[in-house]
Amino acid sequence: MSETAANPRRIPDRLSGRGMAALQSWESLLVVVAIAVFVANTLASPYFLDPYSLSDATYNFTERAMIGFAMALLIISGEIDLSVASIIALASTAMGAAAAAGFGIPVLVVVALVVGLVCGAFNGFLVTRLGLPSIVVTIGTLSLFRGIAFIVLGDQAYTSYPSGFSWFGMGYVFWVVTFELVLFVVFAVIYGIVLHKTNFGRQVTVIGNNPTAALFSGIRVARVKFILFLLTGVMSGIAAVCLTARLGSTRPSIALGWELEVVTMVVLGGVNILGGSGTIPGVVLGAMIMGMVTFGLGLLNVPGTVMSIFTGILLIAVIALPIVWRRVRTRMRT
Amino acid sequence: MNALLFRPRDLLLAGAIVLLAIAISTRYGAFVSLSNLLNVYNDTAILIMLAFAQTAVILTRCIDLSVAANLALTGMIVAQLNTIAPGVPILALIALALLIGAVLGAINGFLVWKIAIPPIVVTLGTLTIYRGLIFVIAGGEWVNAHQMSDAFKAFPRETLFGVPVLSWISLLLIVVMGLVLTRTALGRSFYAVGGNPAAAVYAGIDPGRVRFLAYTISGAISGLCGYLWVSRYAVAYVDIANGFELDVVAACVIGGVSIAGGIGTTAGAVLGALFLGVIKNALPVIDVSPFWQMAISGAAIILAVAFNARAERTKGRIILKRAETTA
Repeated sequence: MSETAANPRRIPDRLSGRGMAALQSWESLLVVVAIAVFVANTLASPYFLDPYSLSDATYNFTERAMIGFAMALLIISGEIDLSVASIIALASTAMGAAAAAGFGIPVLVVVALVVGLVCGAFNGFLVTRLGLPSIVVTIGTLSLFRGIAFIVLGDQAYTSYPSGFSWFGMGYVFWVVTFELVLFVVFAVIYGIVLHKTNFGRQVTVIGNNPTAALFSGIRVARVKFILFLLTGVMSGIAAVCLTARLGSTRPSIALGWELEVVTMVVLGGVNILGGSGTIPGVVLGAMIMGMVTFGLGLLNVPGTVMSIFTGILLIAVIALPIVWRRVRTRMRT
Repeated sequence: MNALLFRPRDLLLAGAIVLLAIAISTRYGAFVSLSNLLNVYNDTAILIMLAFAQTAVILTRCIDLSVAANLALTGMIVAQLNTIAPGVPILALIALALLIGAVLGAINGFLVWKIAIPPIVVTLGTLTIYRGLIFVIAGGEWVNAHQMSDAFKAFPRETLFGVPVLSWISLLLIVVMGLVLTRTALGRSFYAVGGNPAAAVYAGIDPGRVRFLAYTISGAISGLCGYLWVSRYAVAYVDIANGFELDVVAACVIGGVSIAGGIGTTAGAVLGALFLGVIKNALPVIDVSPFWQMAISGAAIILAVAFNARAERTKGRIILKRAETTA
């Protein structure tokens, strides 16, 4: 039946050896792709292999990937949040308003985090308390959150942020290592530990595989999902701080369309869009591949809209290829 | 699984629209004049068509987020063709728009049917691909009014009994779509596949094939709307109708089409679109900034889906709901 055929990845087969399984995993494939992209970029543009240039390249994925980590957990649990880019817009607008009112940097950061938290709580409430499908709810809040930003700003922009605020977006911690890159690594480690080494992470995976079984085995499904929506909201708030600081201005159209890029990144990282499986190292690799490819294409003067063709094909291909490949393999066996 | 053309819920929504129009007329009396109402309808005609096309897709438990990108791509191709060969008759261009749209929709349908990729992923992907293709085809250029032939621009504005052709096309398609959904085997199979895919298989229906057809229909209508949009506004560029897919889904959800599939009517989708159309046209005349529209659509989606969920829940307990809805 199409219901079972729709499941792109099956439960791992423990009968084959551990080393063999590691070699055949999605992550090893991503490592190969990442190396290939890196080499291709180096050959294609003489400007690619420069420490500062590479450091700039990380901006193409750090902010999106921070949201991607939380989104990965959410998707593994069987839900999705399409409102993340709109949360960025709303959080950024709130920061702009706070900055215009004369508040300092710590207040701005707190404002962004609180807005992210409230937006996440709103999504979580609608999904877990009222039992509404997350895909529709977050399409609604996508419109609502950015809509509020549009009501506040219209065709205007907030451009005056305190001096020193830009450090969150452009500051270097040491040498060419940016603050955002450090944040990215820290979150990667935290989310990796949470998903792969804690009870909470196991609960997320179990819920994604079978919410009913999870409920009957004593997992508080609604609460776990609510926490995941909160996390996604807060990560969007953090991304809003970095992005606003980097751009130095807020328009209502800030981060437009990022929800798609974040989902693509997560799916490219091997997270099953239907829930139940996925890894943080995969998401890290997926993020870096997307970041490097878009940066490489940018160095070759490919316009952004054309890059979106690539993002779209990538999204479909990474899901389609394993399915097609498995079908070909089973056909060869029989 | 309600196949009636009008459900009680639809009458409720119709009542809400009438109340809304009356409320607006207290601020601006001319809003409810016949000519203005016809204008509002004409303005909403494209949203209405896309909404009932989307209904067919959502009924089968899928979603088509690529409709606006399909519209823009088809519109650009047709506009470019018109500038290169102004002599091509309009009816041929319309047929071409339907064909291109149908092919773009069929690509979605194929990926959902044969490769079994989740519909939302497929159409999010094709959304960006189609948008990007417009840029490639047009080289980032606009097709402006003076480059289009007069016949090209005039067609949707021609009036018949005082009503523009654009409105007539949408009215005609509402009737056709209503008949297809309620009176044909294909229409019934949309409901069957969405209501219970497993049972549909035992009834001899191939859910994949039905979904493929739903996407093809949605694509064809999007293509037609592509021509209508470009000719009506007399301009084609990369970003036309950007984000319009959300309005379309909003119209469906407001119209009582269940995102879980199997529930919804043509009339509901039309009313949902009209609801948004009335709000959109009313905002400027009652001195509210048009920037409010996005937030209002969002709030309307959330309220409507909460309302729908409450209405549907009373029908019985759904066992193992998640496992089924992921298809």
